Amino acid sequence: MAVRPIETDVTKTSIKKLPENLTGVISTEDLHVYYGDFEAIKGVSLEFPKNQITALIGPSGSAKSTYLRSLNRMNDEIKGAKVTGKILYKGRDINASDVDVYSVRKQIGMVFQRPNPFSKSIYENIAFALKRHGIKDKNVLDEAVETSLKQAALWDQVKDRLHESAIGMSGGQQQRLCIARAIALKPDVLLLDEPASALDPISTAQVEETLLELKENYSIVIVPHNMQQASRISDYTAFFHLGNVLEYDETRTVFTRPAIQATEDYVSGHYG
Amino acid sequence: MRRAFEEELDQLHVRFFQMGRRVNEAINKSVKGFVNHDKEAAKQVIEEDAVINQFEHDLEHECIELIALQQPVTTDLRRIVIVMKAIADLERMGDHAVSISKSTIRVKGTKRNEEIEQSISDMADIVMQMMRDVLDAFVVDDAEKAVAVAQQDIKVDRMRKEIYQRCIEDMKKDPDLVLGATDYMLTSTYVERIGDYITNICEWIVYLDTGEIQELNTHHHVDDELKN
Repeated sequence: MAVRPIETDVTKTSIKKLPENLTGVISTEDLHVYYGDFEAIKGVSLEFPKNQITALIGPSGSAKSTYLRSLNRMNDEIKGAKVTGKILYKGRDINASDVDVYSVRKQIGMVFQRPNPFSKSIYENIAFALKRHGIKDKNVLDEAVETSLKQAALWDQVKDRLHESAIGMSGGQQQRLCIARAIALKPDVLLLDEPASALDPISTAQVEETLLELKENYSIVIVPHNMQQASRISDYTAFFHLGNVLEYDETRTVFTRPAIQATEDYVSGHYG
Repeated sequence: MRRAFEEELDQLHVRFFQMGRRVNEAINKSVKGFVNHDKEAAKQVIEEDAVINQFEHDLEHECIELIALQQPVTTDLRRIVIVMKAIADLERMGDHAVSISKSTIRVKGTKRNEEIEQSISDMADIVMQMMRDVLDAFVVDDAEKAVAVAQQDIKVDRMRKEIYQRCIEDMKKDPDLVLGATDYMLTSTYVERIGDYITNICEWIVYLDTGEIQELNTHHHVDDELKN
């Protein structure tokens, strides 16, 4: 078999628009992110579908996590970072300077790579943010804790030890607690940055199963920790390369007959 | 994650079962059409073959996507591979039903022999029962039943040989039967080939169980073929 050289032309792109039967929930238009003089994201325009899972894939340094963090203004926290372009959510540019970022993050929640539960009880981990948002009624808090834990497929395992420390939970349970904590605020969009990379295969499978159930109620954008996770759970996939998106389409298309050679080389494991 | 994958696998097998039933209907209709000289039924089988082909196309597509997206291994992989292999067998059976129906259209008006037609019908009854049984075995992963179904093919092969001999004898006696008997021989061969494809599916069921490709129908011998 002849060995074909890896595609080096990364100027070709194929960005599919969402079909008419899907509604967009959040989108970016010509989004650029700069760290000082370095342009990490070079004008990305994408629209994410409602109640679907979208995976951002690409080699290390392709800026997929940077892009994900832009979606709920997390890059604002990084000194020297500048974000230009539009992030459109509910008809409004949430990248505008007058937008309350805390309100944005309430509706566009994020779960990080490593489980980071608070050093509090399981119950308090979820109730904490709700209390900060002014909810004091115990019945309301109880119900929110139960609902969130159920949605994160954790309720049955922890319902009898809600007031024990979250730190004693397994890694997979801690990560699902973090997902429960994020959804307690009833966000529209859930952003996940390699949420299973620190987990063993069984915990990874549990988190993936949870995400598939959550998409009924939430729109999910995920940076998966490997391509297999993207292919297993996502509906749409965006292929990032050096701060650009080269291809965006249904996952089944990206992983069976991608439109451009660079995507094919990457998903086939020729580089990355 | 497993649950979602298993649901997709179950769906794949349900659709395979639906395709199998559709093929069995085509075989039934084509053989009945042949025996009853029913040109309309024959036309229907030919027209409806497109549905079977579409089933194969769709299922093949689903299998490829499942392999690409889920990267299955061991039994999961075999579950998908056997569907890919068995749908090709089903599709070929559908083609044979079409060939039988073409014979029906062709043979109408030529001199007939009711006894031979009855033998072909009897042979087809066995094949259709084999088909129902193999689909049942497929649904419940029953390798033992699959082996038993494959054994029935020996009987089908024997019947095909008997029909063949009978046709030769009749053609010698009555040259007016040559055209019709040629179609009898062809049709009995089509039915016999359908039995072989069912045996293939039996082998895939055994493969799912053991992971080994095993020839179940080893009664074909060169000497026997030379006798014909």
